[in-house]
Amino acid sequence: MNFETVVFYVFAALTVFAALRVITARNPVHAALFLVLAFFSMAGIWILLEAEFLAITLVLVYVGAVMVLFLFVVMMLDINLVRMREGLWRWVPFGAVLAGLLVFEMVWVLGSSDVSGGKAAVRHAADYSNTKELGRLIYTEYVYPFEIAAAILLVAMVAAIALTSRRRKDAKSQVIPDQIAVSKADRLRLIKMPAEKHTREKLDSTTGVAR
Amino acid sequence: MIDLSDFLILGAVVFSTGVAGILFKQKNIINMLMAIELMLLAVNTNFVAFSHYRGDPAGQIFVFFILVVAAAEAAIGLAIVVLLFRNRRTIEVADWSELKG
Repeated sequence: MNFETVVFYVFAALTVFAALRVITARNPVHAALFLVLAFFSMAGIWILLEAEFLAITLVLVYVGAVMVLFLFVVMMLDINLVRMREGLWRWVPFGAVLAGLLVFEMVWVLGSSDVSGGKAAVRHAADYSNTKELGRLIYTEYVYPFEIAAAILLVAMVAAIALTSRRRKDAKSQVIPDQIAVSKADRLRLIKMPAEKHTREKLDSTTGVAR
Repeated sequence: MIDLSDFLILGAVVFSTGVAGILFKQKNIINMLMAIELMLLAVNTNFVAFSHYRGDPAGQIFVFFILVVAAAEAAIGLAIVVLLFRNRRTIEVADWSELKG
C-alpha cells in the first residue's frame, strides 16, 4: 500500500463523509460548509488524477464563488428550521433504497470487470504542463465551444441581475421620449382676466393679515 | 495501484448520495440545489478519471464546460429562489404549487 493509495482512500472517505453530511445536515449553512469540504477533497482526488488545472479551478470557482453565493442566499433567506424538520423522514427509506441500488449496480458492474482494459494510466513527465495542454486544446480545437461558454456566462449574469434587481419606488429618472414629445399646451396655460387695482385694503384682505 | 474502477465507484457513490439528497430534502429548495451540485461533481470526477486513464485531455475540456454551465445554473437557480422567496415568503417546494403540476 503505497502513499498514493493512502491519499486516494483518505480523500475518498472524506468526500463520501462530507457528501453524506450535506444531505443529512439539519442546518442549510452546515450543509453548504460540508459541500465545500466535499469539493475540496474531490479537488485533491483530481490532483491525484493529474488534472491540476481543473482541481485548482474547482477550488477557486466552486469553493470561492459558487459556495459563497449559496451561503449568501442561505443567510439572506429567513429559513424556518422548525418547519423544515417536519416530515423529513417520510422519503428516507425510498431514497436510501434507491441510492443503495445505484451503488450496488455500479460496484457490481465496475468491480467485476476490468474497465481500464488492463492498461495502466498514462504517466506524464515532471515537466508536463496540464494547464498548457488544456489551453492549447481550448484555443484551437474547442475555440467555438469556448466562445459559446463565454456567451452562456454573460447571459447567466444578465439573467441573474435582471431577475433579482428591484426598481426603487422613490427613484427619480428622466424619461427622454416624454420630454421630447411634450408640447406647449402641456406646460403653459394662458388665462385672460381683467386687470385689478392694487390697493392696500385689497392686499390685506387677500393675504389675510389680521390687524 | 489505484484502478480506474476505484474512481468510478467513488463517483457512483457520490452521485447516489446526490440522488438520495434530492429525495431527502424535498422541503428545502436550497438543499436540493446542493444535491444537484454533488451529482455534477461525481460526473466530473468520472470525466477526469477516464481522461487520465485513456490519456485523452478532451475529457478535461468537457469538465471545463460542465463547470461553466453548472456555475450559470447555480447563479440563475439561486436568483429564482430569491425571487420566489421575496414574493411568497417561503422556500418550501410544497408551497409553490400555483401551476398545479
